[in-house]
Amino acid sequence: MEVTRRQTLALGAGAFLTDLLTTGAVRAAGKDTLTIAFNVNLPSFDPTDGTSAVNPTIQAIYRSIFDQYIGQAPDLTLKPGILTAWGWNDDKSKLWMDVRPDVKWQDGLPLTPEDVVWSLERAGKKDSANPISFIWSTAGNYKIDGNRVTADAIRYEPTFFMWMAFLTGYVLPKAYYEKVGAEGFEKKPIGSGPYMVDEYQGNAFLRLKANPHYWGDKPAFETVIFKFVPDATTRVAEIESGSSDITLEVPYEEFDRLKKIKGLSGVATPISDIGMIFITNKEPMLDKNVRLAAIMAIDKKAIVERLLHGYGVPIETLEAPEYSAFDPSIKTPYDPKKAMELLAASGYSPEKPVKFTIQTTRGFKPKDYEMIQAIVGMWRKVGIEADIEVYEIAKHFELRTTHKLAPAAFYNWGDAIGDPTTSTGFAMFGPSPHSAFKTDDLDAKIGPLWGEKDEKKRIDGWKAVDAYIAEQGYVIPLLQYVQPIVYKSDHKVTPNKSGALQPTLVSPAT
Amino acid sequence: MIALAILRRLLVALVTLAGVAVVVFVLLRVVPGDPIAMMISPGASQADIAALRAHYGLDGSLLSQFAVWVRYALRGDFGTSISLHRDVLALLGERLPATLELATAALEFAIVVGGAVAILGAMARRTWLEPVIDTVNGLMLAIPDFVWALALVLAFGVVWPLLPLTGRVDPSVSAGMTTPFYFIESLLRLRFDVFFDLVKHLALPTLALGLPLAAVIARVLKGALNEAMAQDYVLLARLKGMSEVRLVLQEALRNAIGPTLALTGVQFTFLIGGTVIIERIFAYPGIGNMAIEAVINRDLPLIQGLVLVFAVIFILINIAVDLLVALFNPRLRHA
Repeated sequence: MEVTRRQTLALGAGAFLTDLLTTGAVRAAGKDTLTIAFNVNLPSFDPTDGTSAVNPTIQAIYRSIFDQYIGQAPDLTLKPGILTAWGWNDDKSKLWMDVRPDVKWQDGLPLTPEDVVWSLERAGKKDSANPISFIWSTAGNYKIDGNRVTADAIRYEPTFFMWMAFLTGYVLPKAYYEKVGAEGFEKKPIGSGPYMVDEYQGNAFLRLKANPHYWGDKPAFETVIFKFVPDATTRVAEIESGSSDITLEVPYEEFDRLKKIKGLSGVATPISDIGMIFITNKEPMLDKNVRLAAIMAIDKKAIVERLLHGYGVPIETLEAPEYSAFDPSIKTPYDPKKAMELLAASGYSPEKPVKFTIQTTRGFKPKDYEMIQAIVGMWRKVGIEADIEVYEIAKHFELRTTHKLAPAAFYNWGDAIGDPTTSTGFAMFGPSPHSAFKTDDLDAKIGPLWGEKDEKKRIDGWKAVDAYIAEQGYVIPLLQYVQPIVYKSDHKVTPNKSGALQPTLVSPAT
Repeated sequence: MIALAILRRLLVALVTLAGVAVVVFVLLRVVPGDPIAMMISPGASQADIAALRAHYGLDGSLLSQFAVWVRYALRGDFGTSISLHRDVLALLGERLPATLELATAALEFAIVVGGAVAILGAMARRTWLEPVIDTVNGLMLAIPDFVWALALVLAFGVVWPLLPLTGRVDPSVSAGMTTPFYFIESLLRLRFDVFFDLVKHLALPTLALGLPLAAVIARVLKGALNEAMAQDYVLLARLKGMSEVRLVLQEALRNAIGPTLALTGVQFTFLIGGTVIIERIFAYPGIGNMAIEAVINRDLPLIQGLVLVFAVIFILINIAVDLLVALFNPRLRHA
């Protein structure tokens, strides 16, 4: 029988329509597949290099493919990873670590202490693009004895082992990396984590398959698909249509709506990410009265309740409640009357306000611009007139590192190891390129804490620093962010305080 | 004669590209947002920052940086992406076909739908149907592509989940394509499963991009058709007994198509620009989506490469449109 061109076209169209109507958008993925509508793209597979290496959200992917030296539980506590044990000698001049035996790379070759040493030495090279090299370079002269690795502390760094469970703390395969090079590794990365890369399409998706050589518990899903969906509206549609099993960082009002839908559930957890306003040491912020008034005039509770639908935790210092130097006794209460008194003492009033600029991003964090609008409104009532300047996050970084931020600038700060050096320390210590209020009195208090070997003394020292900062009004802590996650009700999700939505923390509900 | 004209246009295009390269290079380094500032670690010293700047070749003067860039670009080396850690040219080669497929599909959709609406409108002139068509078309024209995109996400993603919302192909199956030109490859290899999957994934972004352009084409073509229908030669043809359909399609359309083609060309360049936001909304892996990430990360080599690619596309479209207009208009052809 001869088929005409018209018949061929009709057949094709018929087949397409049949396919469309029978499968629709929701292709029935097997129960062994987990599809995540992820909020950010994966720019690079190297977890130790460049800006993506320090993006806390992307750690969810890195932790799926690679192993960290030390693992981190969802409550931020450390647990064995590639290292089964670790520690310092008595005078903290040397460190040691035991490498887990019988770990294999995803190509089947064994992971050895040489891989661990190579990864640490590579990370600590000054000319590397590892953003955390300043930590990794504090140890050197590595020696291997069986499964034990020892090293000299070039400078005692109390957070060295904590960073092993955080940004850039990943073990990479020495032999494979040296064979394929950086570009080859990007094309075909190999790790020792629970999942291995099956297919990757930048800006579209990453498909992972369970690693048959994995040393830990077998993952609950054989296949994991990360769909990169940066647009929040589309992520909402992805989960609502059933195209994805789980998503995160949807607008709070949508979160409230979605979790009420039959078949969907939601969990919102405070994570190690805070919102704050940097104060820069320039006029009029050199006046302590102005700084303290700016802090006292902000009703953080109202901002959380009204703007964030209750999804946020007001904070008094840069330490969130889960951090090791959190001190609940430090208070910076909302007191607009006192704020007016302080401003009056400096010659300001609602009729004769103190004026400055506040910079903020718009849409970079949930309700960032709206929060600053609300704060400016609160300030106006007590005698502070602030102009809002919206900038991109890239401009914020440039202005901050060149110490050219406006007198006030909104920013968010993450600290998934929960140590005060990574929150108060880097945000407030004058020599840090990331600090905004550079002042000798504070530096004198912070300086000795960097290498403090007595852990209790160190943490108490940071608490005292936080109390001093609150007393002087050198920064405006606002709130701890809450991460909303929406998922199909036949799944079980363990929220992660670090904010990394790891597939290994998701399992079937039954 | 035509070859000489094309050659002349290509030479002008080269000068234009050189100008674009200079302007973009300078602009990227003058506007706020230093890529190095985004990478600086908290404990970095001034020496560390200087070393990082040197690592990415951003430590020289503007002139010396540009000279280095030109030297390598002339050899076909557009550098390595700062954020993606990959060769810029290879990245563009991987992503551009996806955007071309999307833009071509949207253009085809716009021409077919816009053309059909214009012809229907011309045939229905001075009837009750004409104001209906004009009103609906006006509405289509007024709604920008990104609003269409959000409406389509709601309609086909939530209310009637018939079409996939994101990506280029279904991530749960391996497309197994060896080239980035999925459409052509899937047809050549008779992989109709992949082809249909591509069509399904293209449907929503194509609609979002194509609907506003279809409305433009419909309005301009309908106006040109109405004008042509009032000409003496059409009246003569009507008096000879030619049907209304034949009058429009055979007589008026040929003369009305010139101005529509020129405008479509211009609008198509806007459509290419529109892929940036549409690809973002539908998580479509083309150069538009990549451009947003490049800008956020201040990935200077990648932005530079992307802008040049967009410039090349715009120039080629303009040359193609000029040639097509000349083809349809004998006066221009001879001029």
